[in-house]
Amino acid sequence: MGSEAKSQASNAHLTTPTRLTGAEILWATLVGEGVTDVFGYPGGAILPAYDALRKFPIRHVLVRHEQGAAHMADGYARASGKVGVAVATSGPGATNLVTGIATAMLDSIPMVCITGNVSSKVLGTDAFQEVDITGVTLPVTKHNFLVSRAEDLAAALRHAFQIARSGRPGPVLVDITKDAQQATAIFDFEAAKPRPYRPHPMLSVKESGLEQAAQLIREAKRPVILAGHGVIESCAMEQVRTLAERAEIPVGLTLLGLGGFPASHPLNLGMMGMHGEAWVNHAIQEADLLIACGMRFDDRVTGSTSTYALKAKKIHIEVDPAEINKNIKADVALVGDLAEVLEQLLPRISGRDGSAWLKTIASMKGEVAVRDIKNLPDSGHLYAAHVMHDLWRITGGDAIVVTDVGQHQMWEAQYFHHEKPRTLITSGGLGTMGFALPAAIGAKMACRDKEVWVIAGDGGFQMTAAELATIVQEKIKINIAIINNGYLGMVRQWQEFFYERNYEATPLVSPDFVKLADAHGIAARAVHTRGEVEDAVNEARSTPGPFLLNFMVEKEDSVYPMIPAGNALHEMIRRPGRDPLEERADDR
Amino acid sequence: MLHTFVAYVEDLPGVLTRVASLFRRLNININSLTVGRSEREGLSRLTLVCEASAEAGHRIRASLFKLENVVDVDDIAQAPAVTRELALIKVAASAQNRSQIFDLVDVFRARIVDLTSESLMIELTGVESKIEGLIEILREADTKILELCRSGKMTMRRGHHTSSVLKAMGAQPEGDAEEYDAPGKATRKGKAIELE
Repeated sequence: MGSEAKSQASNAHLTTPTRLTGAEILWATLVGEGVTDVFGYPGGAILPAYDALRKFPIRHVLVRHEQGAAHMADGYARASGKVGVAVATSGPGATNLVTGIATAMLDSIPMVCITGNVSSKVLGTDAFQEVDITGVTLPVTKHNFLVSRAEDLAAALRHAFQIARSGRPGPVLVDITKDAQQATAIFDFEAAKPRPYRPHPMLSVKESGLEQAAQLIREAKRPVILAGHGVIESCAMEQVRTLAERAEIPVGLTLLGLGGFPASHPLNLGMMGMHGEAWVNHAIQEADLLIACGMRFDDRVTGSTSTYALKAKKIHIEVDPAEINKNIKADVALVGDLAEVLEQLLPRISGRDGSAWLKTIASMKGEVAVRDIKNLPDSGHLYAAHVMHDLWRITGGDAIVVTDVGQHQMWEAQYFHHEKPRTLITSGGLGTMGFALPAAIGAKMACRDKEVWVIAGDGGFQMTAAELATIVQEKIKINIAIINNGYLGMVRQWQEFFYERNYEATPLVSPDFVKLADAHGIAARAVHTRGEVEDAVNEARSTPGPFLLNFMVEKEDSVYPMIPAGNALHEMIRRPGRDPLEERADDR
Repeated sequence: MLHTFVAYVEDLPGVLTRVASLFRRLNININSLTVGRSEREGLSRLTLVCEASAEAGHRIRASLFKLENVVDVDDIAQAPAVTRELALIKVAASAQNRSQIFDLVDVFRARIVDLTSESLMIELTGVESKIEGLIEILREADTKILELCRSGKMTMRRGHHTSSVLKAMGAQPEGDAEEYDAPGKATRKGKAIELE
């Protein structure tokens, strides 16, 4: 059957109530919800569903581990804004999803996970490959469903999609017993429509609050906008930009907020927090007003909360009422969708002269630049910062970059400048190593015409390296940059700073990644000096298939600045004043 | 401080776990929890009492609302409300000391609901202190308590306006109005007055 015929046949189910098996209802409902790609791994309890898959216009990506399926669905959602879908069987298949689900939960990513389960007759009997996955995932999902009857399936799935994408988005799991997949029921897509979405009853944007916020902004001498992931999720890029420009307010970004405000914009201060640049964190500590937009004052952003921005009033604009006053007390809370709140706030804001404050911040920037490794002459050594800077320069900043977790993630955030939303995909909240490669596969599936780069450390890459085979099987073009320093770098850095250089369990032996790629039929090359970077990146970009670059970078380089956990935001470990390029015994 | 949350939740499998799990995650012990049918079709009403900081009340209520199966949440806190608990107490009693227990039961306006030659069962309704009082007196009187069963607290706001009526009228339950605008200043007016 041609794909057009396939899609017509399946679309007929959406308009005419038809008797279908639960398995068919599953896919028909997904088609109705607009799903075109799923990431999964078959197994006994989900086999009826896989048996019916070929009848529907859905592309299935076979993963190598279910964690990969969850990260792919996550990356797909982050790149496209659509709901990502992962499929797994019961028991170990389902539990393997958990890390990926928790990753999506902590970063508010819309995702629906489908798991098979044993037949309803044997639920709770410790049957083969049975696990109570709704119980296991209860704290890491927005909601989950256990469906044991085919007639309940369509409604549960449609409800799951509504929950995943509404309000503050998040992952939802639908666990379907094998007999529910095998039984038949009348499928009526329209009738299975969920009840109207109920906004959180504690949303509250009052006239008095808006007026108070506007007055604080008018009167502020040293205001800073803190832009978070909510800017992107709420599509409030324009509104934030208008607010910043109209009132001349500089903008600091959270890690997940990067791309929500153009990096090249003169009011952009870059990333704040633990590895934020000194000027951003000093600006926040000196500020008399913080306007928090779609962010949650995470501990990596605030440092010690008892010393955080003590001179500043705080306006907190946030869609989740449970975030208000959780970490930092708000003086004015506007609880609602960010774009909508800003639309109401903007007419109350008129031109404001912020030049004195901007000048103060600019002077702090100048002092930092001389310490920046990027501005030091090439000594033949390769620093991760160079790799990031060159990657950004060569790709024109236009690629989707998917990072793993650790030092390279922070260097990426510092040196790769994101102009547009959804161009940086990274696990911020949970900090899941092994995220990058599978998430990049998901991102590429969502944005087939975009250039996609994986940036991963040698440690994290090995956690999910099996997905290299998925790339090959799916014939997708992804470029992979491994930042290889032979250590679990961020942990080593903590050991260096806080555990007297006791490098316990952080030196890491890795396979020859070039050969590993070769074994998969993926082209690859190693890069040892800065001089080779440009040529290598160009080779990767111009090669039609996937390409892996193994960047052999400085072994004991650290991410600066750094605020030790629990310290005040201004108590940073700064970049070393001495020449960080000096020769050391263990250098190559 | 002691928080009393009253919630309407969907009458479905697993809903109680979702509610309880939220408190477990915050490492808050649930002092008492009662669940039963409500006046609303398909919805159960639960009263949950726990010890948590004053600021935690807002966040717990907001988090409860985030649960898909939770329809309505009220944080009673110090608002005027009627709170009751039911206790069934089985004590050892023979013909010799029965009359003494009958007297106590009278004073506490409790009832004897079961009587055998060796034991009797007392049914008592009231506020926590009243129930604690009878138990204490029984113990002091060297009466052997064979079994004790307490329902946990049930709470209902006083007055005509229930929390859901207030919401329908566009107002918010007491204390909420100020919570967002002036954190820390949100003091609760009124003190519970118990009218028997």
